[in-house]
Amino acid sequence: MRPATAWAVVSLRFREVLQYRAAAWAGVFTQVIFGFIILMSLRAFAASGTADSPLSPEQLTAYVWLGQCLFTLMPWNADRSVVAMVRTGSVAYELVRPVDTYALWYCRTLGWRTSMVCTRALPLLVLVGVVFPLAGLDGWALPAPASAGALACFLVALAVGVLLATALGMLMHVTILWTLDPEGVTRLAPAFVMLLSGMIIPLPLFPDAVQPLLAALPFRGLIDVPLRLYGGHIPVAAALGPIALSAAWTAALIVLGRWMMARGLRQIVIQGG
Amino acid sequence: MSQIVVESLTKVFRIAERRAGLRGALAGLVRRRNREVRALDGVCFQVGRGELVGYIGPNGAGKSTTVKVLSGILVPTSGTCEVDGRIPWRDRRAHVRNLGVVFGQRTQLWWDLPVVESFELLRDLYAIPADRFRAVGDELTRRLDLGGLLNVPVRQLSLGQRMRCDLAAALLHEPGVLFLDEPTIGLDAASKLAMREVVRTINREQGVTVILTTHDMDDIESLCQRVLVVAEGKILCDGSLASLRRTVSSERHLIVDLAEGISWNGLDGLPAREVEVAGGRVRLGFDPENVAAAELIGRLTARYPVRDLLVENPPIEEVIAKLYAGGKA
Ligand SMILES: Nc1ncnc2c1ncn2[C@@H]1O[C@H](COP(=O)(O)OP(=O)(O)OP(=O)(O)O)[C@@H](O)[C@H]1O
Ligand SMILES: [Mg+2]
Repeated sequence: MRPATAWAVVSLRFREVLQYRAAAWAGVFTQVIFGFIILMSLRAFAASGTADSPLSPEQLTAYVWLGQCLFTLMPWNADRSVVAMVRTGSVAYELVRPVDTYALWYCRTLGWRTSMVCTRALPLLVLVGVVFPLAGLDGWALPAPASAGALACFLVALAVGVLLATALGMLMHVTILWTLDPEGVTRLAPAFVMLLSGMIIPLPLFPDAVQPLLAALPFRGLIDVPLRLYGGHIPVAAALGPIALSAAWTAALIVLGRWMMARGLRQIVIQGG
Repeated sequence: MSQIVVESLTKVFRIAERRAGLRGALAGLVRRRNREVRALDGVCFQVGRGELVGYIGPNGAGKSTTVKVLSGILVPTSGTCEVDGRIPWRDRRAHVRNLGVVFGQRTQLWWDLPVVESFELLRDLYAIPADRFRAVGDELTRRLDLGGLLNVPVRQLSLGQRMRCDLAAALLHEPGVLFLDEPTIGLDAASKLAMREVVRTINREQGVTVILTTHDMDDIESLCQRVLVVAEGKILCDGSLASLRRTVSSERHLIVDLAEGISWNGLDGLPAREVEVAGGRVRLGFDPENVAAAELIGRLTARYPVRDLLVENPPIEEVIAKLYAGGKA
């Protein structure tokens, strides 16, 4: 697909999802509550602990709030419009376009994902980054990035994370070609994704024994790598390795998704007369 | 040289049978029973460049399945088909570049966005040059009367308004082949006429090959020189509407309005059959091979005082219904 076409698909889906902003506001509220709960438990935990915490208090606070901002980046659910398309057979129209169907759906998924992330993240960022300090909640506010370089690395890693989340989400969408129903996958996915990405407990707080495993899995590239870069837990000098690994995972998952989709399309039965 | 060649196309759907009730569902978890549906059973036909063919048949005959296979989005169980020398499902992307499709009942428009956004995306997907896009878009907007609809979100359109937009969407890239699966569903009289006019024009003026599926026989009568009738996955007949009529029966109808106060006392030896008697109006069926209309009228008026007379073909719906019934037998 040509870049201009890809961009057109992404932006169209982005704008379509943007129509449902009410849900995003409700989500912002949920994330604030979540953020406070996680932050309070982790702080209490750190205070009672004997060993030094792997994350400084600022790093921890930044990790939790930015994690909450990026909650909708988690690829644990399927785009309902894609599900509906396969169930009703409207997917027929996707298949009569002279473009690569995987690319078309990847762009759709990317637009959907980024739209949800933006509507959720921007208000929350303003809240924890601007409103909290003004309201005298300094201890709870989002700390500044470790350095300008850290911020730049964070943004690059986040961009890779978005592409990675889309590639993971595509696996879910492709399985719908067989199951007609995302239920099975969406029951399993959240547990893995939420835990292994660091959304519930920051990955640096996991036991040392599982660190190599976490580092090798793709889920770490979603938020953990960007957030550690932001707080300086991964120094700028060491940024390349983890970012490159995330990018490699993204490429591998895209190859896998394409392969699955090609098989899925060969057996698909377009529903409905 | 035919543009579309379909040879012994067969599609068998395998359906995991769901048994009724809880016990059935539990049994289904253990062992699945499969049922086969033969949607297409050796379909053969050819369509030449620039033809406009009606593809009709009763519900479940396999029309939509054929369209899906020809569009390259469904792989048949056996048999072949070629469009412009390409096998649709094998060479899908090259094939669909020159193809326009309308699957009635579904929409290709983006539900939550104004119609024009979907059109612009199609421009990008098909890489339509800006000037062609503008020219074709303006033309379709005028012919299908879309002026007031382009900036309305698709979800707010009525069914008929959406179908008109969907037809336009299928034509923006000026395809050389057009498959229409029930495109007139839900259209009012004026929209139907507009839709037919557009299909007729692109067929006549641009030589676009069209395969049209519909249950509206007026669509067929007003558009198609040739009709393919499919039933239970097999082609039943292939020919003009007139030849279709002849295969079913050559019967014609004579409608008689009797004069005031006269009542109908039966045929009494007239070489015809009573189709319907309602008050002062009698509908007779006769075979023109057997008796000329003029002779029948002469003998009738000698017996009954008549106010008005009309000879017509039986409604095409009736012909088709008979044909379907015959095909099933
Ligand atoms: N996805 C599917 N799975 C199983 N069977 C199917 C599927 N799609 C169609 N069929 C079966 O194939 C047969 C042909 O269906 P098809 O949709 O082609 O009919 P049609 O001629 O378009 O009918 P209609 O006039 O009602 O639209 C039917 O018996 C139908 O039950
Ligand atoms: Mg159909």
